[in-house]
Amino acid sequence: MSTAAVAARAPQERLGIRASLSRNRRWALITSYVFLVIFAIFFLIPPFYMVVTALKSDAEVAHMATNPWIIADGVTLDQFRILFTQTDFLIFFKNTIIVTVATVAITMVVSVLAAFSLGRMKFWGSSILATGIFLTYLVPDTLLFIPLFQIVKAVGLLNSYWGMILVYPTLTVPFCTWIMIGYFQSIPKELDEAALIDGAGHMQMLTKIFIPVALPGIIAAMIFAFTVSWAAFVYPMAFLYSADQQVLTVGTVTSLIRGDVYKWGMLMAGALVAAAPPLVIYAFLMDYYIAGLTSGATKG
Amino acid sequence: MADTVQSWSPGLQGVSLQPSASRNFRLFMRRRSTIAFLMCLPLIVIITGLVLYPALYSIYLSMLNKSQTRFIGLGNFSFLLSRDVFWMVMEQTAIFALSAVFFKALIGLITAHLINNLPVKGQRKWRGMLLVPWVIPLALSSLGWWWLFDPTHSAFNYILSSLGFAEVPWLSSPYWARFSVILVNVWYGAPFFLIMYLAALKSVPEQLYEAASIDGASAWQKFVHITLPMMRNIIAITVLFSLIVTFANFDIVQIMTAGGPRNMTHVFATYSFMLGIRSGDLPLGAATSLFMFPILAFAAIFILRGVRKRGREIG
Amino acid sequence: MAEVALRNVVKRFDNVEVVRSINLDIPDNEFVVLVGPSGCGKSTTLRMIAGLEEVTSGDIYIGGEVVNDRPPKDRDIAMVFQNYALYPHMSVFENMSFGLKLRKFPKDEIRKRVDHAARILDITELLDRKPKALSGGQRQRVAMGRAIVRNPKVFLFDEPLSNLDAKLRVQMRTEIKRVHQLVKTTTVYVTHDQVEAMTLADRVVVMNNGRIEQIATPQELYHHPKTLFVAGFMGSPAMNFMRCRLEQNGVGLRVRLSDAVSLPVPASQSARYQALTGKELVFGLRPEHITEPRRNDRDPQCEFAATLDVVEPMGMETMVYFTVDGQEVCGRVDPGAATGPGEAMRLYADMDRMHLIDPQSGAVL
Repeated sequence: MSTAAVAARAPQERLGIRASLSRNRRWALITSYVFLVIFAIFFLIPPFYMVVTALKSDAEVAHMATNPWIIADGVTLDQFRILFTQTDFLIFFKNTIIVTVATVAITMVVSVLAAFSLGRMKFWGSSILATGIFLTYLVPDTLLFIPLFQIVKAVGLLNSYWGMILVYPTLTVPFCTWIMIGYFQSIPKELDEAALIDGAGHMQMLTKIFIPVALPGIIAAMIFAFTVSWAAFVYPMAFLYSADQQVLTVGTVTSLIRGDVYKWGMLMAGALVAAAPPLVIYAFLMDYYIAGLTSGATKG
Repeated sequence: MADTVQSWSPGLQGVSLQPSASRNFRLFMRRRSTIAFLMCLPLIVIITGLVLYPALYSIYLSMLNKSQTRFIGLGNFSFLLSRDVFWMVMEQTAIFALSAVFFKALIGLITAHLINNLPVKGQRKWRGMLLVPWVIPLALSSLGWWWLFDPTHSAFNYILSSLGFAEVPWLSSPYWARFSVILVNVWYGAPFFLIMYLAALKSVPEQLYEAASIDGASAWQKFVHITLPMMRNIIAITVLFSLIVTFANFDIVQIMTAGGPRNMTHVFATYSFMLGIRSGDLPLGAATSLFMFPILAFAAIFILRGVRKRGREIG
Repeated sequence: MAEVALRNVVKRFDNVEVVRSINLDIPDNEFVVLVGPSGCGKSTTLRMIAGLEEVTSGDIYIGGEVVNDRPPKDRDIAMVFQNYALYPHMSVFENMSFGLKLRKFPKDEIRKRVDHAARILDITELLDRKPKALSGGQRQRVAMGRAIVRNPKVFLFDEPLSNLDAKLRVQMRTEIKRVHQLVKTTTVYVTHDQVEAMTLADRVVVMNNGRIEQIATPQELYHHPKTLFVAGFMGSPAMNFMRCRLEQNGVGLRVRLSDAVSLPVPASQSARYQALTGKELVFGLRPEHITEPRRNDRDPQCEFAATLDVVEPMGMETMVYFTVDGQEVCGRVDPGAATGPGEAMRLYADMDRMHLIDPQSGAVL
């Protein structure tokens, strides 16, 4: 068929075929959005409901006939007020902050030193050690908490949040080291050599060159350490008994229950406030958060 | 050497040039490999003292009697294996782990593809929204789910009954309780898979898909012949990793059901907590949690192989 | 084997027109090269032919049929990418047979075709290897093999040699030409390298800023460029361009380049340029047409003197650079004849090869 003859064919016919191709693409996009909305609803229902409950009065929470998904009787911040003034919640918050800050500090010092050494300085046994660190990360806290109970008791730190500061690094150091080994390794070798020529010692190289260059990795590791410490549940559950030593996760779940009555409004308020710091960090530093996760796994 | 030094600097004649012990030590400290090792020392101390030693101690502990006065060898283990409850716990943990990981991987893969299909600008927003379950501390979201499942006030039951369906005993009936625990696990863990798979999807070069288009592949064929093989390693690593973590999970069961009803939602972690800490029989608790070890070791070996292979693929 | 035609093809990305109304006819079996600087729209045009980009308006014909709405797999084309795009987890054999497998070809037919292509490209020993075990040149051959086994209507090449080192590039260029002679298929080849265009093409399409500047055979393009852009793009080193004024000198015309230098217009060209006397124009002459005076030079008036700025000995010839009226000019002389930098030299301009260009429109007159 000659080109000219084809060109002479009715333009509408060809327009119809062309429209159908981009219509297919549009349908694919619409279905994607529909399913994504469904998944989004599934993922966001619990936090949404937690917020709704936290803003209700006790009466409305207990009332069974009304729709629990909406706030019918008016938004109230009573639950939060009671939470802060009549419970040990703020003590839990303070303890959690102390433990978390200390853990992050310890973790970063230990991990950065080790990661720098393992990532850039080859010495006998370094690859064995690196593998060992990775394997350590795979040992779950629920395997270790029984023997650690004895150990923590033996050093007299049972029922003290200092005991948490002692054991939390086991949760954070392996993975943080792993993340940062990857970041340190990705810095070109020429940087070392230029620094050596400029006369820098190893410590100076670390602080003045590598830490600034690997900053994204360090931030990602810090976020990871923060999140894990903040959310830790097994160790405080096993090792802490008194309210004045307790942290948020266990405190909110167990100690806020007065007698047999579950004051769900207050419980949800507590859960929200307790979940707020990780959520806020996530909202502002989402990219670092995600970078930490993916680099750890994909950098081998 | 000594001769040469003495010959051009007569002032040093008579000075002994034998190296001293302290000088040796200082040189040793300045050596690169020494410094490197010292930098690793804090890490080594933490791991040895708080991971390795407890793990080994756990084995020793599991072979003592309840009051930790006598050595009873494998007595605790045989005791556990004789109990029906224990076998049920083993079975439950395995079912939870396998089904939860399967659904997490599936949902993660599907949502990763859905997000990847969107125009790049909007992807970040959706990714941000869908990751939320993973960001909220698990203990606190378990609390929230507990409230959603509450026998009298369940918001889900409200919807069901207003649509004309029967209310569901989410946490009081054994089978529904198991379902609920798995559901919360999938809800919490799927975002992790989403993030990993999305990153992996993006690492497949676009030109491969174009070449496949020209070769004549449909969307499904592209997925099977290009996407899956390129992602095979990451899929394996994340699945194995999640198996370990899910297998050892404590928070969800402890908070929502405490192992009930009738021990039918107990997993290794909660059961060993109950036996070891609540009932005060530490050796028995240790023995229980040690049963997790073989599976963990098995998964760990495969993960290590997968990670090494991926390192070689990239490098 | 089929003809390819583009009619008024336009491509717009958001509000930017990247391809502005292209018209092109490629007869069966022709090897056409789209050449131009980066961003000129040549790759986009190729991808529209392939179906990897949607056409904003206009039509694309393959074998006489409009293919705008057909996905790549239904256009019966094959493409060789700049980055090879070989499937890393498949062996060379599997890479080459992938397209045939998808189309449900029988196993022995696949085997036959792959072996045939492997023999043409000399990669038979590599069939079991994976891409990461191959060198750049080998990967490029495999990419070509993948295209050959499909027996398509059109071969599309998207800057296939850009990732290879200079020596390998020269080798592969010859390979591609040899393969085209063996496997007669319409070919559209995109490159930014005008040497590749000159050596490979039956016809060259020079593109600039989304438009076609000129379509012609390499020789035609080289000796009779139609625009300033084409004249300056083809050929290395590039054509010399100098501001000039066309003057009447008795019965003939002269090109005045500076106060000191004016060169005669050959009698054969006088008629053509007569109407432009007195105008300010651009004078174009290739470096190889500015040489040292030779024995069989026809017109002594074409000689002139210049002080050399830079002298570049290339071995076979020496490039000399000098200034005329503030503009740098390049000439190509015999190594023995060149003087040194700062020294004067007599040069001869082969005015039969001259071009005059309108400075406003860029058209060669």
